[in-house]
Amino acid sequence: MDREATSNKFLDISTVTSWVRGRGVYVAFVVLAIFNLIVTPNFASVATLSTLLITVSPIVLVSLGVALAIGTEGIDLSVGSVMALASAFLPLYLGYGWLVGLAVALLVGALAGLVNGSLVAFVGVQPIIATLAMLVGGRGLAQIFAGGQSLLVTDPVVLWLGQGRPFGIPAPVIVAGAAVLVVWFLARRTTFGRYVVAIGGNRSASYLSGHPVRRTLLAVYVISGLLAALAGIVATARLGASDPSNIGLLIELSAITAVVVGGTPLSGGKVKIMGTVMGALLIQLISNTFIANNLPFTWAQVLTAAIILVAVYVQKGRGVA
Amino acid sequence: MSTRPADTESAVRSTAWRERLFTTLQRRGAIAVLILVVAVSALVFDNFLTEQNLENIVLQGAFLGLIVVGMTFVIISGGIDLSVGSMVGLGGILAALTVQFSWPLALILPPLACGLLGLGNGLLIAKANMAPFIVTLAGLLGIRGLALAFANEKPIGIDGGSPFDWFGQGQILGISVPVIVVVFAFAVGGLVLARTSYGRIIFAIGGSEESARLMGLPVDRTKVIAYTTSGALAGLAGALLAARLSAGDPNAGLVWELDAISAVVVGGTLLTGGVGTMSGSLAGVLLLSILQNLINQVGTLGSYAQQVVSGFFLIVVVVVQAYLTRKERS
Repeated sequence: MDREATSNKFLDISTVTSWVRGRGVYVAFVVLAIFNLIVTPNFASVATLSTLLITVSPIVLVSLGVALAIGTEGIDLSVGSVMALASAFLPLYLGYGWLVGLAVALLVGALAGLVNGSLVAFVGVQPIIATLAMLVGGRGLAQIFAGGQSLLVTDPVVLWLGQGRPFGIPAPVIVAGAAVLVVWFLARRTTFGRYVVAIGGNRSASYLSGHPVRRTLLAVYVISGLLAALAGIVATARLGASDPSNIGLLIELSAITAVVVGGTPLSGGKVKIMGTVMGALLIQLISNTFIANNLPFTWAQVLTAAIILVAVYVQKGRGVA
Repeated sequence: MSTRPADTESAVRSTAWRERLFTTLQRRGAIAVLILVVAVSALVFDNFLTEQNLENIVLQGAFLGLIVVGMTFVIISGGIDLSVGSMVGLGGILAALTVQFSWPLALILPPLACGLLGLGNGLLIAKANMAPFIVTLAGLLGIRGLALAFANEKPIGIDGGSPFDWFGQGQILGISVPVIVVVFAFAVGGLVLARTSYGRIIFAIGGSEESARLMGLPVDRTKVIAYTTSGALAGLAGALLAARLSAGDPNAGLVWELDAISAVVVGGTLLTGGVGTMSGSLAGVLLLSILQNLINQVGTLGSYAQQVVSGFFLIVVVVVQAYLTRKERS
């Protein structure tokens, strides 16, 4: 109400502010990119761009799953540990061929998601607790199966997923890009996507309307597990070795940040896929900016925290009004 | 004819009895499990009940316990505080940086600074109406960044000899000082939660914030105080831990927020707010630290298995709670 009062005929401030509110993450990204163009040496180069895109790929992959979970008014804290699980299992079965290795790694991710999803959908455990248990236990399992060590990956097909460059585009970027398109299609163009948003908006209303609430929740966590496994595979392939102790460590925080900064409210009922991708790019660009300019990296964390608060504060107005 | 009402009456009484059992199990279950675990461990492991081992268990849980007291208030009010682990790191660094100037300052500054950060969390949550999860997640990232930046990303040693050491390593009547502090914190926390109007308001807010507001209760102030307390206790835990280890480690308290949430939930406090006890949280902390101790005793299990067991334990407890709560409702 106040906002309408402040608008004038020449420049409709409320339109501008609401436009910025909806696309704050894009604006912030552009501002930071321009800042980098001026300050950072060699920023406008193919090498810089491809480094940014490669490092952001695993974050984008897990963020997509987290975005879906948050859309249902849930959350998935276990994505980092699921990455570690996939990373641990990948080299164990590569002896049977790359297809088996990849299939097993993805299957492990789907299974972890199935456990999360079952606890959430059928037992009624809160998503934060169910996936917290998987966060704690999953990485332990990964380390047990890997025997506490990192195993080399030599299979050329798997390595290509992390290091290949078809047509000059890094393979992880292609994998992440494809995943973005698939999840965007799922969220925007299928009944499944509508169910996700409906459950997040009002679970009982959704249930009473005859939506398959439990099946949808189960599917959301399985998809999140699959995407996390894919991220684990890509990260392992990039390293050329499994590393269950470090792969995906604390990535759930980056993912939640990306989703929230991208405009998906934690209260559910809305999923912003492209916003999430931009959110991931933004937080990666922040840390790259600090590294490229030899600034202490820890301050990047402080800046990220400030950006989260500002982004959520700015978006809040829209959600409430 | 005449037996029928008696039948129904006894049926009603038996369901009421069963309901009460379920409710008691759900709310006091952690204490029952704790007693069971201690009894079994004492029978299976010869050196479980030794003075040394019991002290190890209690000391292990002491620093986490301080955080859990604050977290219990926050969770019962329907919120969450993810920033406490980072505050432990910052508290330790502040203590290590200031102890060379004055040891009382090293003890006072960490809880004060972290209390102020908690106040910031509380104001953003209560006044700006932002989600606790997000605000304190930003706190988790930003405060850890501050701790690392202040410490140049390296642990800072504390020279021995100052009275500050006593607060981590000293003993009163054979009991370690941090243990005494945490017992005191649990006692005060328990009393405030169960016996004061502040505690009642916390429960009212957790049950239904809207109703609490309509009843004219000071919702905002109560929430701000809860987050401030949580921050101050985390800072104190960081200072005591630094005194114990003779060093401030910027990475201290990493993922402790998750351990604290686990302990609170294991203790029978519902994450949805409105239900919980301080004694349950205490039992939760002790259970987690006994679990760790048992895994160390078995010895053949590595630290990896420890994580798996902790995760599994959390799930079992929560599933049982979900089952009991459902019974209670139906």
